[in-house]
Amino acid sequence: MAQNFNFELVSPERLLISEEVQQVVISATEGEMTVMAGHAPTMTTIKPGLVTVKRASGETVRFVVLGGFADITPETCRLLAESASTVEDFDKAALQRRIAELRTEIDSNLDHEARTKAEEFLGHLTTLNHVLS
Amino acid sequence: MASLKDLRNRIASVKATQKITKAMQMVAAAKLRRAQEAAEAARPYAERMGAVLANVTASISGDDAPALMRGTGKDDVHLLVVCTAERGLCGSFNSQIARLARDHTRELLAKGKQVKIFCVGRKGYDILRREFPNLISDRVELREVKQIGFANANEIAAKVIGSFERGEFDVCTLFYSQFKSVISQIPTAKQIIPAAVPADVTVVDTGAVYEYEPDAGAILEDLIPRNIAVQIFRALLENVAGEMGAKMSAMDNATRNAGEMINKLTITYNRQRQAQITKELIEIISGAEAL
Repeated sequence: MAQNFNFELVSPERLLISEEVQQVVISATEGEMTVMAGHAPTMTTIKPGLVTVKRASGETVRFVVLGGFADITPETCRLLAESASTVEDFDKAALQRRIAELRTEIDSNLDHEARTKAEEFLGHLTTLNHVLS
Repeated sequence: MASLKDLRNRIASVKATQKITKAMQMVAAAKLRRAQEAAEAARPYAERMGAVLANVTASISGDDAPALMRGTGKDDVHLLVVCTAERGLCGSFNSQIARLARDHTRELLAKGKQVKIFCVGRKGYDILRREFPNLISDRVELREVKQIGFANANEIAAKVIGSFERGEFDVCTLFYSQFKSVISQIPTAKQIIPAAVPADVTVVDTGAVYEYEPDAGAILEDLIPRNIAVQIFRALLENVAGEMGAKMSAMDNATRNAGEMINKLTITYNRQRQAQITKELIEIISGAEAL
């Protein structure tokens, strides 16, 4: 039996979830990671993607998170997201608009660094789009 | 002396005004509740952000800190971000913020510093434009925005950070009104660049060494702009709550004043009506006596 730990998902607008969970899968910048109780203290940034939460009851909930960072200690995992919502509530049309906007932005004259950044972000968003559709 | 008809008109118009102010008060009360809820909902994020920030900064040495935190090492050019409401009719709410910003500007100018003003909200712009037409570098209106979201704050933050990166200013101060209660809003100035680590946050020492992914510097680099956005977001939310609170009490006052005025006018009206009746009676009686 897996041990439970406290998980919090907070966006600037509200607190989405704060409860005991079994495990959380987050898409960190350096690859996906699964957080379980007793995880080594870690601080990581998050790329846009899915967060899968396995509740204490065993059911899973999925959230769409657009960037942010996670603060993980052995007893808690706090996820501060720039914007977060459940998969059901997520506005896919807005995501598509954002992707289109980014594409035009990349096509316009950006300097090299900004361009790489935007392209990376676009990559995350399109992956997310594929996963969702 | 006003005639009876004039008085009647006057009373009717004051009554109409009273209805409007009463309605505005009720609308403000409803909006205030929503604004307070929004401010409440945003609090956990800001608190945790502060805690995490304190944690990360504790582990990083001074020279590695990103520019937004260190500042440019000078304080010659100041950017004042003045957040005010979009609408008036809320007592001294807007003018208080503007006054604080104005005093600050004068002080800085007297010291020979350069000042740039970034207005968020129309009212502040209207007030400050009169005195410092040349200092206003940019402005944002949130008139169309019904419910202030994080995206609005992010936009403002992006502008501020962009202009910092272009080296257009050294110190950035945020002006807004702290929402204390419905009847008291305190205009506040808060420095956001170079970022000061919130002193009121206690660093939770878990005793363990954090692993950073990517390294602490990169995280901080990502964190600071976000923190600035959060602070602006918080200021905007507090402002909305404060504006609604101020509007509520201003409209409450107005309603009460209108009530007083109606009372006074009604008394005058009745006295005059009595006087007229008496006069007419005297005329009739003296006419009858003469016969």
